[in-house]
Amino acid sequence: MIDPNINNVIEIEGLDTWYGSKQILSNISLHVERKEVMVIMGHSGSGKSTLLRHMIGLNIPASGSIKLLGKEITGLNRNELHQLRKHIGVAFQNGALFSSMTLQENVELPLHEHTNLDHNTIRIMSRLKLELMNLSDNEDLMPAELSGGMLKRAGLARAVIMDPEILFFDEPSAGLDPVTSAELDELILQLRDALNMTIIVVTHELESAFKIADRITVIDNGQQIITGDKETIKQSNDPRIVNMLERRAMNDNIDADDYLNKLTRD
Amino acid sequence: MSTNRPQALSSFESVLIRFGIAGIFLFETTLTIVLPPYSLKPLIKQIAFIGARSLLVIVVAGLFVGMVIALQFYDTLVRFGSVSLLGSAVGLSLIRELGPVLTALMVIGRSGSAMCAEIGIMRVDNQIDALECMAIDPYRYLFAPRILAGIICVPILTAIFILVGIFGGYFVGVVLFGVSPGSYFQGMSDTVLNRDLFMGFSKSLVFGLLIVWIACDKGFNLHLDKHGAYGSEGVSRITTEAVVLSSIAVLFSDYLLSALIL
Repeated sequence: MIDPNINNVIEIEGLDTWYGSKQILSNISLHVERKEVMVIMGHSGSGKSTLLRHMIGLNIPASGSIKLLGKEITGLNRNELHQLRKHIGVAFQNGALFSSMTLQENVELPLHEHTNLDHNTIRIMSRLKLELMNLSDNEDLMPAELSGGMLKRAGLARAVIMDPEILFFDEPSAGLDPVTSAELDELILQLRDALNMTIIVVTHELESAFKIADRITVIDNGQQIITGDKETIKQSNDPRIVNMLERRAMNDNIDADDYLNKLTRD
Repeated sequence: MSTNRPQALSSFESVLIRFGIAGIFLFETTLTIVLPPYSLKPLIKQIAFIGARSLLVIVVAGLFVGMVIALQFYDTLVRFGSVSLLGSAVGLSLIRELGPVLTALMVIGRSGSAMCAEIGIMRVDNQIDALECMAIDPYRYLFAPRILAGIICVPILTAIFILVGIFGGYFVGVVLFGVSPGSYFQGMSDTVLNRDLFMGFSKSLVFGLLIVWIACDKGFNLHLDKHGAYGSEGVSRITTEAVVLSSIAVLFSDYLLSALIL
C-alpha cells in the first residue's frame, strides 16, 4: 500500500548509471516534495532524461537508491512496478502516441485497460481531458496528422487521464515555437493547481523552467550541480550555472593546438 | 566519478545473454497467455493480420507449387512407368515438407517482417516505454495475441496451402497429362498416413511459434543490440535479421522434427 501522507514522493540517493563504459549519471541525490513542480535542467546530453527514466523505473541504476511514493523501485518486479505506475503519468518528448489509434483512442487506452467503466463514461472522461488540452476538435485525427505541439498536448492528455499523483514531462518546450511553448507552461501550472499533482519536468529552456518551477535541479555532464528554489539558482556563483543563466558556451577560451589535436586524433 | 563501472562482456557471454533474454521473452509471454485476464479482441485482430491477409498469397503460392511438383514428378515417374504414383508423390511431399516449410517462409515474408518492424518502431518511438508507464504489460498487450495468432494461423494456412497444392497437382496431372483421377486420389489416400499428417501439423505449429517469437523478440529488444544504430537504420537491420533468422530456424527445426518423427 502507498502511504497517502508521504511528503517526499521521490527520493534519490547516490544514483550512478553507465551506458557501456561511459558514466551517464554520477552520485545524484535529490527529493521531490508532494505538489511541487520540480524542474530538472541541463544541456542536451547532460543526463537529465536518463535521470527521469530512472525515476519511473525504465532504467536500472548501477548503484544507488530510488524511492517512488515511498517504495524502493530498484528491487521491484514487473508486476509491483506496474502497480506503482498506476499512480504516475508520463508525457514523452515526442508524445509516444500509438500510430494505429486515433487521438481519442490513445487517450482512452489506460481507462480501458485499468477500469471497468462503460464506453460512454470513458468517452466523456477522455473528452474532458482533451478539452483541457485544447484538442477537442481533433479527437478523430491520427497521430501522423498532428503538429509537434498537438502531439505533446495529446501525450499530456493521455498521461493525466487517470488523474495521477505524479506527472513526469520530458522536454515540454523542445522543438516548439515560443507561443506554443508558453501555452504548455500555462497548462502545466493549471494541472498543478487544478489537479493537485506533483510535477517533474525535464527541460533545457531557461524561461520555461523559471516560469513553472518551485525548485530546480541542474545537471551537467552527469553530475548534479545544484538543487534549490529559483532564487538559490539565480544567486549561485558556480561558473557553470552563471554560464547557463547568461547563455554562454562553457568553453570560451579554446586552445587552437588542443582543438586541432582533438580533430585529427585517430 | 563513481567506481561502480560495469564489467565489459565477451562476445560469447553477450550471445549467451541474448539467448537468455529471448528465452525470458517467450516465458513471460507464455505466462500472460496462460494467466487471466483473457482478451479476445486483440487476438482476432492479429488472426486477421497474420491469417486472413496472408490467405491470397498462400493460395496463389500453393497452386503454383502443387502444379510445378506435379510437373516434375510426372516427368520422372513416366520414365519408370509409375505415373499412378503421382498423387502419392504430390500428397506426401506437400503434407510432410513443402506445405509447412513454404507456408512458414511466406508468413515470414508477409507478416513476420511487418510485425518485427512495427514493434521495432514502437521501441524507437518510446511507445513501448509509454505502455510500461501506463502500467500496461507489453507482453500481455502486444505479444500474447501475436504468439497465439501465429500458433493458430500457420497450421490453418498450411492446410490451405496443401489443399490448394493438391488441386494444382490434380490440374497438371489429370487435366493436362491425362492421369486417371481415381489413381491420383486413391494413391494419395493409400500412402498418406496419420503420421504424415501429424508431421505436417506439428511442424506448422512449431514454425508459427518460431516466426512470431523471433519477430517480436527482435523488435522488442532492439535497444539491447549494441552493434548498430538505434533509429530507422536499427529497425531496418533487425527486420532483415528477423527474416533471415526465422528462415534458418524454420529450416533447421524442419530437419530436427523430420528426424524425430520419422
